[in-house]
Parts: sequence; C-alpha cells; structure tokens
Amino acid sequence: MNASFPILSALVLLPILGAILITVISNKHLEYVKLIAMIFSVGVGGMSIWLLASFQSDDSGFQFVSQHDWVTSWGISWHLGVDGVSLFLVVLTGILFPLVILGIDPHHDHKRYLAWLLLLEAGVMGSFLSLDLFLFFIFFEIVLVPMYFLIGGWGYDKRVYAATKFFLYTMLGSAFMLVGIIATAVLARRDIGYLTFDLVTLTEQASFATNTGRWLFVSFAIAFAVKVPIFPLHTWLPDAHTQAPTGGSVILAGVLLKMGTYGFLRFGLYLFPEAAVWAKPVLLTLAVIGIIYGAIAATMQTDLKRLVAYSSVAHLGFIVLGIFAITSQSLTGSVMQMVNHGISTGALFLLVGMIYERRHTREIAELRGIQSVAPIFSAAFMIVMLSSIGVPGLNGFAGEFLILIGSFQSARWWTIVAATGVILAALYLLWAYQRVFHGEPDEANSTFAELTLREGALLAVFIGIIGFTGIYPKPMLERIEPSIDKLMEHVVSHSDYKAPTTPEVKTPETTKVEGH
Amino acid sequence: MVFAATLDGPSIPWVELIPVLSLLAGTCFLLLVGSLVPNWPRRGYAWVAGISTAVALVANVVKWNDLYYVKGQTFFADVIATDRFSVLASIAICISVIFAALMLSAYLIRMNADGPELYALLLTSGIGALVMVASNELIVLFLGLEILSLSLYLLAASNRDREQSQESGLKYFILGGFSSAFFLYGVALIFGATGSTKISGIGSGLSASISILNTDAMLLVGIGLLLVGLGFKVSAAPFHVWTPDVYEGAPTPVTAFMASAGKVAAFAALLRILMVGLEQRADDWRPVVWALAMLTVFTGSILAVVQTNVKRMLAYSSISHAGFILVGVEAAGQMSGDGIATSMNYLVIYTVLVMGSFAIVLAMSGNTDGETNLSDFKGLAKRRPALALAFTVLLFAQAGVPLTAGFVAKFAVIKSSVEANSYVLAIAAMVAAVIGAYLYLRIAVSMWLEEPASDSEISVDPAVVVVIAVSVAATLIVGFFPELLLQATRLARFAPL
Repeated sequence: MNASFPILSALVLLPILGAILITVISNKHLEYVKLIAMIFSVGVGGMSIWLLASFQSDDSGFQFVSQHDWVTSWGISWHLGVDGVSLFLVVLTGILFPLVILGIDPHHDHKRYLAWLLLLEAGVMGSFLSLDLFLFFIFFEIVLVPMYFLIGGWGYDKRVYAATKFFLYTMLGSAFMLVGIIATAVLARRDIGYLTFDLVTLTEQASFATNTGRWLFVSFAIAFAVKVPIFPLHTWLPDAHTQAPTGGSVILAGVLLKMGTYGFLRFGLYLFPEAAVWAKPVLLTLAVIGIIYGAIAATMQTDLKRLVAYSSVAHLGFIVLGIFAITSQSLTGSVMQMVNHGISTGALFLLVGMIYERRHTREIAELRGIQSVAPIFSAAFMIVMLSSIGVPGLNGFAGEFLILIGSFQSARWWTIVAATGVILAALYLLWAYQRVFHGEPDEANSTFAELTLREGALLAVFIGIIGFTGIYPKPMLERIEPSIDKLMEHVVSHSDYKAPTTPEVKTPETTKVEGH
Repeated sequence: MVFAATLDGPSIPWVELIPVLSLLAGTCFLLLVGSLVPNWPRRGYAWVAGISTAVALVANVVKWNDLYYVKGQTFFADVIATDRFSVLASIAICISVIFAALMLSAYLIRMNADGPELYALLLTSGIGALVMVASNELIVLFLGLEILSLSLYLLAASNRDREQSQESGLKYFILGGFSSAFFLYGVALIFGATGSTKISGIGSGLSASISILNTDAMLLVGIGLLLVGLGFKVSAAPFHVWTPDVYEGAPTPVTAFMASAGKVAAFAALLRILMVGLEQRADDWRPVVWALAMLTVFTGSILAVVQTNVKRMLAYSSISHAGFILVGVEAAGQMSGDGIATSMNYLVIYTVLVMGSFAIVLAMSGNTDGETNLSDFKGLAKRRPALALAFTVLLFAQAGVPLTAGFVAKFAVIKSSVEANSYVLAIAAMVAAVIGAYLYLRIAVSMWLEEPASDSEISVDPAVVVVIAVSVAATLIVGFFPELLLQATRLARFAPL
C-alpha cells in the first residue's frame, strides 16, 4: 500500500462491498457467506492496524485525508481524515467487528445477519472518519438501520419493542442535530462566503455570535446525549442491550455508544468551543448523576446483561466527565476510556452471552458456583470484570485515572462525587461475581461447560488488549496527546476559558508509575 | 356580397400545446376506437395511454432544454405560462400518469375488467393537472382543477363491486365541490381587490397600489379562501379529513395517482399563486402557511400511528409529506430562500416514492382491492424477499433515512426553512418526521420480524414490477447522488413576467 492509496475510503467502502456480495450470493452457496464476511472484516481490521502503524504520532492534524466533491450545490464533500482522537476508535472498530463475526454465530439466518453487520461496520467507520457535517450525519443516522434489524431480527423476546425504541429515540436526537447542522452551514456562509458543510473550513473560518453558537451546540448535544447516553436520556440503552443478540450488544457497547462521546469531542468541543465551555456545568452534573445513578441501578439489577448495560451508563458518565472537564489529561483519559470501555464491556457482554448460551438464563439468582465447574471461564470473567472496575495494571485504570486526575483540576467537586462511582463499580461487579461464580453449584449449574477453544481464542484477544494497554499505555497516549493538545489550544483561544495550570504531573510520568 | 368578419383571437402556438394535445389525442383514440373495436390485445389500452403520455413527457423534456435560452414565456393572451417550474411539474405529472397507467393495467387485468374508460379518465385528469401547473390565470387554473377533479371523482368510484369505492368517490366529490366553491369565491374576491384574475397581473396590481386601501380586507379574505380551496386539494390539515377515506376506498392505482399527480398540480398552483401573484403580501400569508404546515406535519404523523390498514397509513403519511412541502412553501415566502426549488424537489421525489409504495400495496392486495391490512404484510420477507426489500427501501426513504431520495427531499426543505429563519417550524417538522417514522417501522416490523400469516402465492404483474423497480432505483440513485436531481430542481423557477 503506498501513501496515495485512499485507505480511509477503503475502510468505509469495503464493508459495504462485502455486504452487497453477501446479499447477492445465491442461497445455494451459503457456505461462502461466512467466508466473505470474514475476508472483508479481517481485511478492514488489517487495514486499520496498518493505519495505526503508519500514523504519524507527532502530527496533531488530520492524516490520510481524502476529499472529493459530492453534492456541489450544497457544498458537501466526501471528506475523511483521521487524527489522534479518532485513530483508536477506528482501530477498535476494525478489530471488534471481525472478532464478532468470527466468534459469535447467530442462531439463524447467517446471511442477512452478516450483511447487516458489515453495513453497520461501514456506518460506524464513516462516523469516526467523516470531516464533513453532512457526511457525518449520514453515517450517524444510517447506523440505525442495520442495528435496528440486528436487534429486531436476532434479539430476545422483547426485541421488537427494544429495536423500535432504540430507532426512534436516536432518530429524535438526530432530528435536532440535522437542523443544527444545516443552521451551522447556513449561518457560517456569511463568514465563509459560500455554503459548505466541511468541518475544518467551518471551524477555521466561521465565528458564531455567542448565543447562536450556544443554540447550535445544544442542537448537536441533544443528539449526542441520546447516543451516549447521558442521564436522563438513557432509557433506551438497557432495553436495547438486553434484547440485542450478543454480537449486537458487543458492537453497541463497544463502538456505537462512542459515536456520541466522539461527537461531543469533534462536533461539540472542536466546532463550538465557547458553547461547550458554557455548557460545562450542566453536562458535568449530568455526567456525575449518570455515574452514580448507573452504578446504583446496576447494583439493583437481577439480570446480568442489564447489569452490564447500566454499568455502561456509569462508565460513559466518566467519559463525558472527562470531556467537559476540558483539561489535557481528562480529554486524553476520555479518549482512552472510550477504547477501553469498548474492549472491556464488549468482552463482558460476550461472556454474559456465553453464560446465556449455556444456561438459557441471565438471571443472577439462577446462577451459582460456576467457578468450581468452569474455572478458566471464571478467570476470564474475573480479568475482564476487574478491567471494567478499573484495577491498576489493566486497561480500565489508565483511562479512568487520567480522567479523574484531569477533572480534579478544573471540576473538583464533581470529580469528588464521581470518584465514589469507582467504588460503586467495584461493589456491583464484585457482588455480581460473587453471586454467580462463588458457592456450590446447584444441579442446573453443575454442568456448566468450560470455555471451548474458539471462545477461548476470542477472549484471549480481548484479554491481551486489556493487559497490554493496562501495562503499557504509552504508545496509545503518545498518539492521542498531540491532537488533544491542539484541541485544547483551540478551545482556549476561541473562548474565555482558562485551562487550569497543570501541576507537574505530566502524563508520561503517570504512565511510568503505572508501568512499574 | 362577401361577408368577411374577422375575430382577433390570440394566436395559438401549437407546439407549446403538444403535451396537452397528445394526452387529448390519446383520450379520443381510446374512447373512439375502444368503443368501435371491442377486443383489444392485452394491455393495448395501457400502451396507448402510456405512449401518448410519453410523447407529452418527451415534449416537456425538450421544452426544458429550450428554456435554457428563454427563461419563460406566456401564451394565449398570457393565460398559460411556460417556465422551468411548470415544465418540471409537468414532467412529474407525466411520469405519474405513466406509472398509474401501468398499475391500472395490472389492476384491471386482475379484476377482469380491462377497458378503455379508466385510461381515458386517467389521461383527462392528466390534462387537468398539466393545465393547472402552467396556468397564469385563476379562471384557467380553476378549469384545470375541475378537469382533474371530475376525472378523479369518477376514477375513485370506478370499482362498482366495492362499496368503499363508491363511498370514496362520493365523499371526494362532495368535499371537492366544497373546496372548489371556496376557491372560486377566493378568486372572485381577489379579482375585486386587484382588478385582475391573471396571476402575474395580481402581482403587478398589488405593487402598483402601495397604500392600504379599503380593498385590503377583501384581498385578505380572498387569499384565505384560496388557501382553504387548495388546502383541500393538497390535504393540508385541518382540511385533510377526506384523505384517508378516499385513499382507502379508491382503487389502488387511482390512489397512487391522486396522491402524486394531484398533489403536484395543487402545490404547483399554490406556489404560483403565492409566489407570483401574492409575493408582495408574503408577510400576510406566511403565518397562515406556517400554521398549516405545523398542523399538517403533526396531524399526519400522529394519526398514522394508530392505523391498521396500510393504505390508510400511506394516506396519513401523504398528509405529513404535504406538511413538509408546506414547510418549503413557507420558506419560499422569505425572499432570499430557495423554497420554491426545494418544494419542487420534494414533490418530484415524493411522486416517485408514493408511486412505488402504492405499487407494492397493489401487488400485495391480491384479487381484491381492500385487503391491505397490516397483517397481510406479515412475514413478507420470507414469502417475497425482493418485494419486502423494495418496500423497506421506499418506506425508509419516506421516513427520511439517509442515502435515500427521501432524505434529500427532507434535507432540502429543512435547509430552505432554516435559511428563511423558520427554526421552530424546521425543528417541529423533523420531530414530526420521527413520530411518523414509527409508522414505517411498524410496517417493516411486520414484514421482516413476524411470521407469515398465510403462504399463498403472491404473483406480481410485470407492469407493477416495472413501477416498483424504477421507483426503488430512482430512490437510491438520487439518495446516493443528490446532485443529479438538485441540478434540475434548482432551476425550477417562475418566469420573470
């Protein structure tokens, strides 16, 4: 692959091609379906790793940019680019999809399932790579369709309700964003001189009146808040998660929710710095409420999958806290935590799915003493769970710690309250672990099967990433930081926000401490 | 002694009349030859109707290109205007007539009732619609409206075996009569206030009289009555009550035609009256259209939620689409905006979407006209996956999902609305679109996620397949490459007269 190869476009278009191939393939050759899905998803995954390898870590701008005119009369272009903020989300997407495709089989109708999954991948990739507001909206919205069918077609008993709720909730959020996007472009025309939806042009050349900018920010924020989800707009999430098939849950938790937090960074903080600073107290408060509320709600759940779903609400609260605390560390931590949460919660959903496959229930009360019959399975669960709690040495710690350390400088009281969320996370997860894995297995649980080779291999990848980023987060940090620093500079220079003077706790040092 | 008297009529530019004349020729041929020669080959009538409309279509396309040099002309003592706006609307109408003829042929063959009458009526209603979109004179506009409506009353009631069809025709006739009366009274009052029934004449009359005369109340009432009359035709709330009943009762091809060409014609007329005739009074009519649009988007999408019959669902969805177009009309009232072009854009896309959707309903309804309950669509994905996929594309397009033409339509209208500073209306319309999306999801759910209730064979007539295939293809092509259509609709302007 040489430098001129449009790798980003390929990342978006290849899955679509795969989905089309799968759709047109004759029903007589169903054995090829899985093969095609594998080739395309692994190919995209490989390309995303290549992207990671050839990413210039000292360059804070957008790399691998590809730009082509699309709808010229509205100033819309096919404009893709990647920087430190989106790089790891792209890689996460690239890795997670082949794992889901290889590791989890749907119980029926492989063909359509895989086609939808590949389309979903294209949509998610596109959302993370778009540098054009219109293009971003298209990907952001089109993701709903495959996810809707995945939940509705392969989910559990209340799947139609959950799928419809998911679709309408998210679409309602996007409705505001669409008006916001159009208004942004139309109002910016006065400054720029022509109509354009290009993110970079808009950010560099447009300046909005204070109030206008705030309104526009609010319209975007509603869409992202639904997607994240931020309390009190989270109610679709437990339903969608619980009813979705395992693969769908992994993707939903792993990458789909990150579209919201990523949106806040890219289209909130970057596009409307002044308004983001203005909205800071409200969003911080909601984030903290989400952390505490999600944790308490998770503690109360009797369904293991629902518990994990509520834990997502809490974890995403941390990410939002980090974003709106607006310091270099907290932002870096948020980006890390987006990836880490994707890995650890994805893996948790995978494990819960395996439990369901074996026991056909997710009720915590029905499960007991699995540790003694399936020790390896339990060990895997333990590691993943600890990473989700944020135990040092595992990936969850690095992100969460950076978020807390960064937020403490600019949002002290919020951070203090949020920090209790870490303890609560330990509470609900360890308590759940205790109930499910400890004790003597009763009759139904005594036949709980150990991990199969394939399941083990799948989990090994997750655990490998968990361990590696936990012990050695430096390669990740040094790619994220330049872009975050640039974003901070942008925010500071475009608003009257004063970044707290950082005490000498530079992040590389923290990493060293973690390393030992 | 030779008695020679000459009457100076307006000169007749026959070339300009080709579309109307071609449809008229088709009508006469169908009626004359149809009654003389009883047994026509299969689909013979449809071919005649289709070809005569295709001629009209080609003539309009040619005219579109000619208008590159001349921005617009008026003929017959200024009562007919030819500009890119009217030509684009005519193209949409011709497409709609062709699609309707194809669907009608499938429908009539299945009902074993093939005959020339319905095709002839289809063509005459097409004539009415063509006259409406091009007329620059309120009386001529009224003539067009009546030609269109009268043909539609008959078409709606044409299924004599079905009570609902009779009811549909009668209901449409009575309410349509009312709306025509409102319209006419409005014309009279506007004539009284401005001294002209020519649409462009009204405009110049208004700009000549700057002062607020005592004719002001008369003019305002006239505008109001015109809006009521045309509001009926486009089924804007609160004048929409007839729509679900009529749409449900009428034979499906007729419903499709009514929903597409009927709306295109009425909206084109509405836009011309408001934007050419009454542009000076935009500040007076904009709030009214604003309220109509607001009411219509919500009425259509909320009432659709509780329906169980797919035809009724589509009727309500067509109401909310009308609301969206009204959002564009409202935006057109703001001088700088491009509300005219985007409304037209919406109309063209909507024509295709609605045709395709009703074609699928027709394919599904079997030998009867009425069995179009939601439960009949259950498990369609298992019985006819391609049909289910096509319907899903069209439904998601109507919901405004990106990469479909429906999204392009909504995006354009919302853009004009934002440019016209109508933020509240823009947001409200988008929220209503989300409520409306529930309806499309319900249909998608029963097609994809439920088990088939029966596994009887669904045979789809090739003519219907054509309609479905073309509309789905157009939906996706425009969705992926909006520029193709936007280039054209952007030019849809009124002639500077």
